[in-house]
Amino acid sequence: MNALKNISIVFKRELKAQFNSMLAYVFIVIFVLLSMSLTFLLDDFFAPNAQDASLEFSFFRWPMWLLMFLAPAVGMRLWAEEQRTGTIELLLTMPISVWHAIVGKFLAALSVITIAILCTFPVVLTVAYLGDPDNGTIWGGYIACIFYGAGALAITCAVSALTRSSVACLIIALSICFGQLLIAIPPVLEYAADNWNGAVADVLGSLGTWSHYTEMKRGVISLANVAFYLSMIGFCLFLTSVVIKSKRA
Amino acid sequence: MISVKTLSKSFGPKLAVDSVSFEVKKGEVLGFLGPNGAGKSTTMRMVTGYLPPTSGEVEIDGISVVENPIQAKQKIGYLPESAPLYSDMTVSSFLSFAAEIRGKKSTDVESAIETCFLEPVKNQSIDTLSKGYRHRTCLAQSILHDPEILILDEPTDGLDPNQKQEVRNLIKRMGEDKAIIFSTHILEEVEAACTRAIIIDQGSVVADGTPEQLKGKSKAAGLLSVSITGMAGSGILSEIRSLRDVTDVIELSSTDSSFKGMVHSSKKNNSLSEDVFNLCKDKGLLLQELKIEEGRLDDVFREITVADTKIDKETKAGKEEE
Repeated sequence: MNALKNISIVFKRELKAQFNSMLAYVFIVIFVLLSMSLTFLLDDFFAPNAQDASLEFSFFRWPMWLLMFLAPAVGMRLWAEEQRTGTIELLLTMPISVWHAIVGKFLAALSVITIAILCTFPVVLTVAYLGDPDNGTIWGGYIACIFYGAGALAITCAVSALTRSSVACLIIALSICFGQLLIAIPPVLEYAADNWNGAVADVLGSLGTWSHYTEMKRGVISLANVAFYLSMIGFCLFLTSVVIKSKRA
Repeated sequence: MISVKTLSKSFGPKLAVDSVSFEVKKGEVLGFLGPNGAGKSTTMRMVTGYLPPTSGEVEIDGISVVENPIQAKQKIGYLPESAPLYSDMTVSSFLSFAAEIRGKKSTDVESAIETCFLEPVKNQSIDTLSKGYRHRTCLAQSILHDPEILILDEPTDGLDPNQKQEVRNLIKRMGEDKAIIFSTHILEEVEAACTRAIIIDQGSVVADGTPEQLKGKSKAAGLLSVSITGMAGSGILSEIRSLRDVTDVIELSSTDSSFKGMVHSSKKNNSLSEDVFNLCKDKGLLLQELKIEEGRLDDVFREITVADTKIDKETKAGKEEE
């Protein structure tokens, strides 16, 4: 019970900090504007023969690319700022464990990302008005977005613990997210299968985020996909605690 | 209340704290002295559980900081060195956060605001505060849960003389029923607020005692300071030298009609001052000052720590020559 209480206190403080600094509003507005404009301007959403009321090939194509930037931008200050200003000394001498702080902060940043994702709901209302969407696929798309955002945020969290500079954290985390996405795109997997062997392609496919995201946005919320994201989040948060502890050792 | 046993901390090959041991009981205010980089902050950070020790033990009221950190931290109030704060919060929201995490109520926040004179800025954003207010806000978070143990790392740093005095008085007052460790560079603070002091240098405790005991280690301690007029300085000097038990006289100033100096005696008792007094009476001299020196804390501090600095410099110079 104490753990939950401590996590919720850290969560509330962190969430307030995200909104106090106005950054959260900026991220939400940028995410919504970009995801909408990319959907309506670049895709064939309004094409006469378009049959994508479930948004799988239009709207849900973009969040992965946007979250790759947004999640590191939301999470870059989580630990880097604490270390730069020295408040980490204050936080870690309070009667809470490192884990309470890590989870509280992570959930607060994840809430900002989730709010940004959910703020795109008008697009769902639009397709519901215009056509007959498959709600399962739409739900799958949103769940895929949130899981992807959580994974990218967990990576950012670990990188943020490594550095005092938010900008360095942003660049490093962004590069890792981009790399993790690239290793599983179809051309890379085909190249790996042709030039190396199938096992390498399988490993890249299961470690990369592309295939998990595309499967989930189709509405395939399989155990493998969920387990992939949960283990990635767990590993990155564990890494965060190791970095924070080892920096003081 | 605070028990530190053979505490050591290494950062890579550098030994920052080397086998430091001390105890602080309830009602004691321990002054932590030492030059920059001596290991004061590192020791305090280990006591608060922020840094894990490389070896040794810290117990807070019988609870091991390493084994039961959360329980131990509940008993501690800590003011870190540069008074770090979440600058995006207001003073009262920050203190409410600190209170909530320690399971305290808003009335505790109000009383901490009152104790640290934060009333005028309580609704102000922390990033707009002056250094003095920032420091007091951080001090307020350390005392709002009325901890049994207070660890204050340079609590008066950056404060104006009035604020320094207020904080010293606060420490002294709270020290009556708490165990307090505070570090400082200002030696007069130790005399003003501490019941005991430790001098730490290059990671080791080099002196431990009450301020009076430490002052007693000064070379000037026990010397008799005299100022006499009515005769040529050289004459007074030779008269004093002729007194029994006098081993040396340091001349501070000497004129045709006065003498000022310090008298070394083989015996540290009051008989020498009686002898000087009688000398003046017999010779018809005017005794303007007669005082047994208590010794000065900054002399002791310098004697202990400058010696090390000199050795360091010599070693460095030696290495450069090689």
